[in-house]
Amino acid sequence: MKKRLALILATVLLLTLGLAACNKPGTKTKQLVAQIGPNPETLDPALNSAVDGGNMLLFTFDCLLNIDKDNNLIPGAAESWVTSEDGKTWTFKLREGLKWSDGSDFTANDFVYSWKRVVDPATAAPYSETVLGMVEGYAEATGGNLDALQVSAPDEHTFVVKLAYPCAYFGELAAFAALSPVNKATIEANGEAWATKPETYISNGPFKMKEWVPSSYILLEKNEHYRDKDAIKLDSIKLLLMEDPNAAYAAYKTGEALLIKDVPTAEIPSLRENDDFYVDPLLGTYYLSINNSLEEFKDARVRKALSLAIDREYVANTLMQGVYTPAPNFIGPGVADANGSFIDNANGGKPYIDITDHEGNLAKAKELLAEAGYPNGEGLPKIVYSTNDSGYHKVVAQYLQDAWGELGLTVEVDIVEWASFTPMRRAGDYQTARNGWLCDYNDASNMLELLVSTNGNNDGKYNNPEYDEAMRKAAQETDPVKRSQYLHQAEDILMNEAACIPVAYYSEFWLQSPKITGSWFSPYGYWYLHYADIAE
Amino acid sequence: MLKYILKRVVLAALTIFLVATITFLLMNLVPGGPFVAEKSISEQAQQALNEKYGLDQPLIVQYKNYMKNILKGDFGLSLKQRGRTVTDIITSKFPVSARLGGLSVLTALLIGIPLGSVAALNRGKWIDSVIIVIATCGIAVPSFVLCTVGMYTFGVNLGWLPTFGLTTPLHYVLPIFSLSFYPTAYIARLMRSSMLDVIGQDYMRTARSKGLSQFISLFKHALRNAIMPVVTYVGPLLAYTLTGSFIVEKIFVIPGLGKEFISSISNRDYTLIMGTTIFLATLIILMNMLVDIVYKLVDPRIKLK
Repeated sequence: MKKRLALILATVLLLTLGLAACNKPGTKTKQLVAQIGPNPETLDPALNSAVDGGNMLLFTFDCLLNIDKDNNLIPGAAESWVTSEDGKTWTFKLREGLKWSDGSDFTANDFVYSWKRVVDPATAAPYSETVLGMVEGYAEATGGNLDALQVSAPDEHTFVVKLAYPCAYFGELAAFAALSPVNKATIEANGEAWATKPETYISNGPFKMKEWVPSSYILLEKNEHYRDKDAIKLDSIKLLLMEDPNAAYAAYKTGEALLIKDVPTAEIPSLRENDDFYVDPLLGTYYLSINNSLEEFKDARVRKALSLAIDREYVANTLMQGVYTPAPNFIGPGVADANGSFIDNANGGKPYIDITDHEGNLAKAKELLAEAGYPNGEGLPKIVYSTNDSGYHKVVAQYLQDAWGELGLTVEVDIVEWASFTPMRRAGDYQTARNGWLCDYNDASNMLELLVSTNGNNDGKYNNPEYDEAMRKAAQETDPVKRSQYLHQAEDILMNEAACIPVAYYSEFWLQSPKITGSWFSPYGYWYLHYADIAE
Repeated sequence: MLKYILKRVVLAALTIFLVATITFLLMNLVPGGPFVAEKSISEQAQQALNEKYGLDQPLIVQYKNYMKNILKGDFGLSLKQRGRTVTDIITSKFPVSARLGGLSVLTALLIGIPLGSVAALNRGKWIDSVIIVIATCGIAVPSFVLCTVGMYTFGVNLGWLPTFGLTTPLHYVLPIFSLSFYPTAYIARLMRSSMLDVIGQDYMRTARSKGLSQFISLFKHALRNAIMPVVTYVGPLLAYTLTGSFIVEKIFVIPGLGKEFISSISNRDYTLIMGTTIFLATLIILMNMLVDIVYKLVDPRIKLK
């Protein structure tokens, strides 16, 4: 009896070990395991609107143009491109011999199909207007007549786009994930489900989908048909679809993941000095929206007082653990203008708010409030600050209670669940609220547009004809220098009137093993892992 | 018996219909919608999406369409996981949760019942105290603490166990430990008190006085009677555990149904909310029915009406 039991136990043990051994990944292939975000809602380029989804699309698709390590535009599927003198016609010359990941031929017509698909109302692409709104015939095409969209392929290797008005950053858009080419055959055969299964997920980028287990992992495998396949050193990339920072951290600590995006914030102080902990700026700003349509906030002095009462250095360096940087301007570092860096040329090279002098700012804030007729905050109603609960949002909210309390105001914090928070903010159903924006492309207009009275993202309901006019002029100006001036004008108005309250510039922080070489991080929030290698 | 089962089935269908209706109403009362993001999508795109999924229709029409479709077995497309159907999601994720959950319930029973019995038979002795302390801990410590502590200790610090995924048998250890700790403790406590009850009964004394060995009297007579409360508990426990746990699945990166169930709500993925709720409700009702039938098998005195 005892003997038999021992035998059974031994067999079970052996089987267990055997199974464990079978499942160990092969050691010969080079696989980079990384965690760069949770399960993506979609990997259909036209439907994606998330940064992490966009990052994954960079691995699987190749746009007309690419962006290199130094954020310059470089050839992608197109080997060259020219812009007509009036800035309205863009002609892209495609490379010879391009192939889809299934081996079929790739032509300029694939771009025509893909771009028309983005504006097709039946696709309901969230980025449609952002990326193609300036193309001639856009309005008509969104009405259903897709052929009105002025994109064409005179021959197999030429792709021509006609714009309704010049767009300085159109080159950047040609490198944007939403405008990736997609394969007509697979989409027509499989409908929206094409982007969920490896068999039907046909792409043209450095990697192709091998496996997608939702909420578990995505396995990408080197695409043998990629135009530049010799430059790709990895055999595969495995993306762990984790949501929990502690789980990601454990995977990194055990060496199972070589790069993780979700680092538990509690660990940051102990990681700060480590070489494998990275903090890199993003093109984006953490700001507060003030509901300009409310009577109490119509006076710019009140809004300015609220802005000046915030000690940005304390918020960024202490509350946000120094991973974000204090924001005296709305447009942060990294954004370019015609003469170099936008921030260097803003407000005559001076920050709009002197963040080093908090005492002075606070005194000024009190003065402004008194001038507006609310000495010591008397006469102003209680202010409700709404935010969702994630990241540093709650500590910032608590800080605002103190900071605005110094002005004699009572602040109530209203924590709202994410799915309700965004629509509430958009509807203007709040007093003050957390807000934030990450640039889609490197141009100040992408953020300044948020305060244009007709913009769908104008959560603050800011309405200033002067501001709208400056933005309108900028949009129509072909001379880059003049255009920059209009944009600076707009930011001047925004900051002088405190149309919204910038608090900090975003950064991304992550852990990355020194074994990874040849990868880089772009300020749009993407990890370029496709040219990476793993050192043994 | 057959008549009884038929009656239960009709009642079950009615219950599921009510659950579906109430969920549909509540879900539409909560503000927000499935297509929100930090960056607003254009009104046209919003409109197109609403049309595509029929959300532009009046609520009563949506409700009618939905009910008609589920009668045909069509739970629709997920609104958030583009290109996937709700049926796809449930059928691909339920087996993962069910396997893990089934093993956890089994573990809980295999450990909890003996533990409770041993404690009862050694009432007041040190072993009883030890078991009570363990059981109390099991009830008091929430699973996310167990998950994280287990992961850091055995996964990160000692490196004995993998911390995520479900690829090898070893991967099951930590999730099963986290999932079964609470039910084990609960079953042990249930078992202890009902066992104490039973061993004080007259028929036990009779059995002993007839000369039955302690082993036989305990296993044949006591256990069978003492196990009734555990059977009652195991029905709903099975239903909940088989459909997965949000926390355990999230922390150990397990592609199970529990996470879908919770995230569908915060995502306002209406069709997935409906699908998972109806699925869970059906499972709970089924399990309860099963428990009633098992009752009858365990205790012939019980009459099913």
